[in-house]
Amino acid sequence: MAKTKTDKNWMPRWFYQLASPRWCYEITGKLLPAFSVLALVLLLGGTVWALLFAPADYQQGNSFRIIYIHVPSAILAQSCYMMMALAGAIGLIWKMKVADMVAKACAPLGASLALLALATGAIWGKPTWGSWWVWDARLTSMLILLFLYLGVMALHSAIENDTTAAQSTAVLALVGLVNIPIIKYSVEWWNTLHQPATFKLTEKPAMPPEMWLPLLVMVVGFYCFFAVSLMLRLRHEILRRERRSSWVQALVESR
Amino acid sequence: MSEIATNEPARRRGPTAVGVFRAALKRDLLLAFRSKSDLVNPLIFFLMVATLFPLGVSPEPGFLALLAPGLVWVAALLATLLSMDSLFRADFEDGTLEQALLSPQPLILIVLARVLAHWIMTGLPLTLMAPLLGLMLFLPAEGMGGLMLSLLLGTPTLSLIGAIGAALTVGLRKGGVLISLLVLPLYIPVLIFGSGAVQAAVTGLPLAGYLALLGAMLALGVVLAPLAIGAALRISVSG
Repeated sequence: MAKTKTDKNWMPRWFYQLASPRWCYEITGKLLPAFSVLALVLLLGGTVWALLFAPADYQQGNSFRIIYIHVPSAILAQSCYMMMALAGAIGLIWKMKVADMVAKACAPLGASLALLALATGAIWGKPTWGSWWVWDARLTSMLILLFLYLGVMALHSAIENDTTAAQSTAVLALVGLVNIPIIKYSVEWWNTLHQPATFKLTEKPAMPPEMWLPLLVMVVGFYCFFAVSLMLRLRHEILRRERRSSWVQALVESR
Repeated sequence: MSEIATNEPARRRGPTAVGVFRAALKRDLLLAFRSKSDLVNPLIFFLMVATLFPLGVSPEPGFLALLAPGLVWVAALLATLLSMDSLFRADFEDGTLEQALLSPQPLILIVLARVLAHWIMTGLPLTLMAPLLGLMLFLPAEGMGGLMLSLLLGTPTLSLIGAIGAALTVGLRKGGVLISLLVLPLYIPVLIFGSGAVQAAVTGLPLAGYLALLGAMLALGVVLAPLAIGAALRISVSG
């Protein structure tokens, strides 16, 4: 008895409530405006700062400014995969419906972010390396990440039963997780053309602060934007799957 | 009468883990030997794909020798992939798979035996046939050892990874194309280090590093893949 009491105090109540589709819908509804404003301000402010006020690179000139899109989308594409695998694992182990829905919502978002990272990388590579594409370790492993996302999406759409689809894709996502450390450390393990990571937790960035501060703003802005789009997709998915429950029908009637 | 009413004698003996593994392996090998076409088809495919490249790209020996390590590896990979779809299909359709899932024996052992049997029937013959393809594609003689060794270490990993895809898609009608979508991205690291080993052998560089990485992937696969295959089978069969 005493144990359950302490366990309950250990985590806030809303955290448990996230497991219920109805409460999750309400909580994300409250969080959504704040994250939307934050994403808008950070992305707009970061873009203006990055394009107009950050100094030009002494070698690459103004072409380096694409880094302000390229790096955030690449970081987020990997984070999104880890989130998808984690949500899938939670859904697989504790059979939580909301976790399944989060994992499903992550896949298309992650795929588009990986595509964005590859596209901006190609556009950046043309003036800097002289070619659109190089078969370099970082680029190849990023391409594999995109393929993994596409595989997860294909598997999900091939299975009709929502629960089975969620479980199967969770297994696939967990298997694909081996690729994440390969992407992360590819630039350190293999001496490649791609430059090393811009941000590290333990070291100061190699760039001057006028350059990396707007980048940091952009990264945080991208995370907020990701949170907003994830919540929108999640809410849509909750409504679609819970359409037969009374609270969704009451919600629809009240509108 | 007593035989039907109770399975006490069987339970008292209690098959050991090795016994279960051996019995499952024996059954799978026997079944595979009985259907000869499944055994031969991947090999013919392997040979045909290798024929396509000289005809489609260039029959010039110097050029082919340059491409040979990668070509043989890609052909072996595709041949393994092609044979993957039928890995659990027959067992799924006649209900054997359900019985295996229900049985008290550890599923990991049964799955591992199935994959090992599959490798003996496809990966091993592919490895043994690889020098012939190397010859057809003018792979220098120094590269043959590297080719055989890398395939010997790499094809079991391919079987293990492919089995995850086969287990995920076993209940689906349109499994064929889907399985390649799921499995090919995961095959890429094996391909890179496999063909890298052959390349190193051709140029006379030490290939121990490549082989060690292939061996590491195999060790990781043997330990972790059966867990994923078992989980995937349970989801596919119950869903």
